[in-house]
Amino acid sequence: MTDQTTDTIPAATTSASPKAGGGLLGLTKKDFGLFLLVIALTMLAPFLLNPFPENSAMAQFNAGYPDLMQRFVIFGIFAIGFNILFGLTGYLSFGHAAFLGVGSYAGIWAMKLLTLNVIPSILASMLVAGLFATLVGFISLRRSGIYFSILTLAFAMMSFALAYSVLTPITGGETGMQLQYFDPRILDAALEPGQTPRANLFGLDMATSTNLYFGNWVFTLNVGYYIAAFCMLIAFYLSIRIFRSPFGMMLRAVKSNQNRLNYTGISPKPYTLAAFVISGMYAGLAGGLLVAMDTQVGAERMFWTASGEVVLMTILGGAGTLIGPVLGAGFIKYFENIVSKINEATLHTWFAFLPDGLEDVVVAMIYPFVGKGWHLTLGLLFMAVVIFLPGGLVQGGQKLVGLFRRKKADDKTASSHTPAE
Amino acid sequence: MGILEVKNVGKRFGGLQALSDVNLSVAEGTVHAIIGPNGAGKSTLLNCLVGKLIPDTGSVSFEGQSVLGRKPHEINQMGISRVFQTPEIFGDLTVMENMMIPCVAKRDGAFSLKAYGQMMRDTEIVERAEHMLEDMNMADKREMHAASMSRGDKRRLEIGMCLAQEPRLLLLDEPTAGMARADTNNTIDLLKQIKDTRPITIAIIEHDMHVVFSLAERITVLAQGTPLVEDTPDNIKGHPKVREAYLGESSGH
Ligand SMILES: Nc1ncnc2c1ncn2[C@@H]1O[C@H](COP(=O)(O)OP(=O)(O)OP(=O)(O)O)[C@@H](O)[C@H]1O
Ligand SMILES: [Mg+2]
Repeated sequence: MTDQTTDTIPAATTSASPKAGGGLLGLTKKDFGLFLLVIALTMLAPFLLNPFPENSAMAQFNAGYPDLMQRFVIFGIFAIGFNILFGLTGYLSFGHAAFLGVGSYAGIWAMKLLTLNVIPSILASMLVAGLFATLVGFISLRRSGIYFSILTLAFAMMSFALAYSVLTPITGGETGMQLQYFDPRILDAALEPGQTPRANLFGLDMATSTNLYFGNWVFTLNVGYYIAAFCMLIAFYLSIRIFRSPFGMMLRAVKSNQNRLNYTGISPKPYTLAAFVISGMYAGLAGGLLVAMDTQVGAERMFWTASGEVVLMTILGGAGTLIGPVLGAGFIKYFENIVSKINEATLHTWFAFLPDGLEDVVVAMIYPFVGKGWHLTLGLLFMAVVIFLPGGLVQGGQKLVGLFRRKKADDKTASSHTPAE
Repeated sequence: MGILEVKNVGKRFGGLQALSDVNLSVAEGTVHAIIGPNGAGKSTLLNCLVGKLIPDTGSVSFEGQSVLGRKPHEINQMGISRVFQTPEIFGDLTVMENMMIPCVAKRDGAFSLKAYGQMMRDTEIVERAEHMLEDMNMADKREMHAASMSRGDKRRLEIGMCLAQEPRLLLLDEPTAGMARADTNNTIDLLKQIKDTRPITIAIIEHDMHVVFSLAERITVLAQGTPLVEDTPDNIKGHPKVREAYLGESSGH
């Protein structure tokens, strides 16, 4: 696995010769191109993700509704941050959902105590998650390898237990936390009894949506999504900067050979701790955005499976690559929300063209893999990726691009590094 | 007084006294070889100098300052660089990046949070690293993955990385162990060139007598954890005690 992931990084880093200007915003030409692509995809997502007409049989594969699109970008942020730690340093944290959860609680408390404006809430999420990550990182980074993973897992499980029961007064325990009309909110005017508190950006309600109709197609443009997408673009941009910075190079050096680093006068610990805290703050940002979107938190957000999910996202997309974690997050969230909704009746309509007996057999064979069985499909897919594409979906994309290039220019010797990220 | 002063150093591993009462003074600007049979304690001594091991007794000082109790990266920042028996480089990184890291370490110290600037646009570091690569005759390997190079090239890179930090003391633990004759001769030439062109002190542990006698100005013979003699190469060659303790046994390897 290391072979593949690392294969992509130095190539991309060093292909930028120092004198070659190229891109804007302090990025190299290629990174800037990638950034533009991601901007275009996120801005056009409401259209791209709704390719099927509203009433067609395929409409259930449309993913362009606000709730799911918000999840794509928010978990994209979570995975981008996780990748800064895992992809660059190789330290595999199994507890990052704790930072997401802590960020969510901090965010909702800011909305209860200060204002329904999402900006203070998101800043509070990042700050508190960052502080918590400093504590957890400081202790967990005393060990490396599997022991580090276990320590972070232990922290996450403790955090869950605290949120679920011990700290009920500030976390709402089992029922979680919601906003109430009678919350103090010292910066806002009081709400009327019975009024629903809604998160906003300087008065612009997160839930505001505009529907665009084109024939049978409906596209929903949602304020919350675009705010979350904007945050993801900033998060993505910063991650490119970190990857290409001296700090990013040191993080890759930590992954490659800590012994040499020590005997080159560099102390790995502050580097790994900084990476840990940065990725914790990314998780906090994701947590804060989740609260900004649906103004509620539950402890299950910190459950250990949620920590495992971000690991899957990162590896599935391609650990150590820039775009991989975003792809992985999108992929898993799509499965969770779309494949899980395919039920037996849907399958029957799809295979209605088959003779009755055969139809039942086919449906019976496929059914375990969809609907509630979506985890099964995801698991198989994950295994396939790890075995055949250890560099994740990004490596798959690179292979495809490589194939096309070879077809186009047969005689041009393919360079050993395919620079598509 | 030498640039490196080792006084009465002792180190015990369980029941084994690996080092006892070691005194060693390495004069500034010289190449000082430490030789001795297998298990004599040479690597243990070296580990005590760089902070990997802490001696039970005695003192180690570099340029008049004690190194004891300091971490490896701190000792390195004092001006001591170390080459390992098997080359330790950043295999996942390119040769250029390998060379840039010690340049950054030299300029920015043990930690700096430069998470925003472009590494490849840091012209000061890029130029220094390129210059070092040229010095090491490796400019053509700039974009290679360090792990994919031959062992001789890895060794060359590792030595270059150490030199990029401009250390005042360079420690080498059997730099030619397991090398083919041609690579060994290349390494000898490289080290000769280094000592002729740079103000550096070199302490080298080596089994290969050809290497030792080509480079060393002083030789310390270690046997069973204690220095037996210290002298010039010519005197060491004829020394009866050395023949008995070391050269006699060295026919094995
Ligand atoms: N970490 C350790 N724990 C226990 N014993 C050790 C340790 N390191 C070295 N020793 C023992 O100390 C003795 C000296 O070892 P050392 O590696 O210093 O010898 P050396 O002179 O470098 O030998 P060689 O020429 O084989 O490299 C050996 O008997 C070795 O087994
Ligand atoms: Mg040894």
